[in-house]
Amino acid sequence: MTKSLSSPARWLRQEAPTSLKIGLAVTLLWVLAAALAPVLSSFDPIAIDAANAVLPPSADHFLGTDSVGRDILARILYGARIDLLMAVAGVIGPFILGTAIGLLAGYSGGWIDAVLMRIVEVTISFPYFVLVIAIVSIMGPGLTSYIVSLTVVNWVTYARLVRSETLVLANADFILAARVLGFRGRRIMFRHIFPNAIVPSSVFLMTDAVLTIVLGSSLGFLGLGVQPPTPEWGVMIAEGRTYLGTAWWISLCPGLALCSLAFGLSLIADGVAQILDPEA
Amino acid sequence: MTRFSFLLRRPFELIPVLIGISLISFVLLQLTPGDPARLLLGPKASEEAIALIRQRYGLDQPLFVQYYYYIKNVLGGDFGQSMSFRSAIGPVLLERIGPTLYILVYGLFLSVLLTLLLGVLAARSRGRWLDQTIRVICVVGVGVPSYFVGLLLILVLSLNFGLFPVSGYADSFVANLHHLFLPALTIAISVTPILTRNFRATLLQQMNAGYAVAALSKGVPENKVFWRHVFWNSLLPTVSLFGVVASFLIGGTVVIENVFNIPGLGLLLVRSVLSRDYLVVQGVTLVMASGIVISNLIIDIVVAALDPRVKT
Repeated sequence: MTKSLSSPARWLRQEAPTSLKIGLAVTLLWVLAAALAPVLSSFDPIAIDAANAVLPPSADHFLGTDSVGRDILARILYGARIDLLMAVAGVIGPFILGTAIGLLAGYSGGWIDAVLMRIVEVTISFPYFVLVIAIVSIMGPGLTSYIVSLTVVNWVTYARLVRSETLVLANADFILAARVLGFRGRRIMFRHIFPNAIVPSSVFLMTDAVLTIVLGSSLGFLGLGVQPPTPEWGVMIAEGRTYLGTAWWISLCPGLALCSLAFGLSLIADGVAQILDPEA
Repeated sequence: MTRFSFLLRRPFELIPVLIGISLISFVLLQLTPGDPARLLLGPKASEEAIALIRQRYGLDQPLFVQYYYYIKNVLGGDFGQSMSFRSAIGPVLLERIGPTLYILVYGLFLSVLLTLLLGVLAARSRGRWLDQTIRVICVVGVGVPSYFVGLLLILVLSLNFGLFPVSGYADSFVANLHHLFLPALTIAISVTPILTRNFRATLLQQMNAGYAVAALSKGVPENKVFWRHVFWNSLLPTVSLFGVVASFLIGGTVVIENVFNIPGLGLLLVRSVLSRDYLVVQGVTLVMASGIVISNLIIDIVVAALDPRVKT
């Protein structure tokens, strides 16, 4: 590891697990596609063009057109922006909130810990997706309610991970040493425990990004997430459902796009886990 | 007796969780936009009529009194009136539980078969191409959305080959084995990767455990060690994992019922969210959360029955 710190690029080329390399490549490709969407396709992802509706893939429209004549490739490229945003925004809120609460519960202990863990227990006994839907139903569908509901529901996982790690670290020798040196509680918590306690949850963050992107697109598919005509992949898959037998490309192409991005993110998660825990 | 005595205590320990669940679903309804009395009577209602309704339904009472009535009603099976069905919610929920349970249990059954098969195959060919292939399938499988799997199965097996119906629910148990095969398979495909990964890891861990190494070094054939000891000991941790999977499964049925148009709780939930029938949303949420609590209790009992060491 010490060698790798001197040159991350060389480490990535020579020592990184294959899954991490492939995963990073696939994910980077989608980030580029999202950023360069206007360059890569000259079609408008939203404007309706009824004359060109339901065209199969051709030289003009590489992936065909949908039921109102929009170019599928253009919509997939612009959709990558939304779906990548959902993956990032969907994990950051829970990560921050969960880490803060887990650290607080683990470090203070006592009744604060007891109360917070009761809340965790109750939240976990709800089926995750159902609670998200219930919160979306209150706030109305859309990107904001998606982020809020995920934060409200998913902080629990991070809080548990960080709390249990904090409990272990609180008795570690280096923390005892810091205490003997007379450091104040706040300094120990933020400078010594915090950086170490977030390691397991940072690994989970990558796996969670995969689950989150699947969840976000599922909401879109059900009509409870990002609303049409915004090109989101789950929404696009739903739009093609009625044409499944006659125009398979409308649902299939965004579906494959979604799978490939989730695949890239899963491989990154797998690679990171391999580096930190080579036994598994 | 001592071994199973905790089972008598366990249901009582669940009471705080159930209270918590009911509190959350009560609060959820409080957060919905709009005054329920106004929603009931429409925008043109007079102030007096609204005041009367508020009084009749106890909406003018303090929140904790309202919560008390809510619990009392729910325990009596009264979940309120649905606005879109124009009928009591309790019977509607009851009618919808059947199809959801059917595809849940059916899907779970298929996923157990798949997990046992893939897990054993992977562990027995550790490090070779078959193991690698299964591992990659499991990594990829986690990121494939279940609704997309469902649509692919419909496209290939129903539309192209005409093997299975595209949607709906048959009326007999036996007919549904065929009718609901695709939705159950979709559910199985969505949970099998997680279960298989776990089962494979446990199998490998048990293969290296002291007792297995001892048996091997005594000259017991590897096949016998695996099937007599390692296999059975590896089942237990995977059964415990079902608690986590249960929540995942129930979320999965919500999506899959909508893909295959199955008249279960999930379809009801999504339709009710879209039509802003908040009381139904609350009812479904409560039923599903209670389902998780009950399934966890069942898992505890199964684990205790399988493992004599459990004495918590």
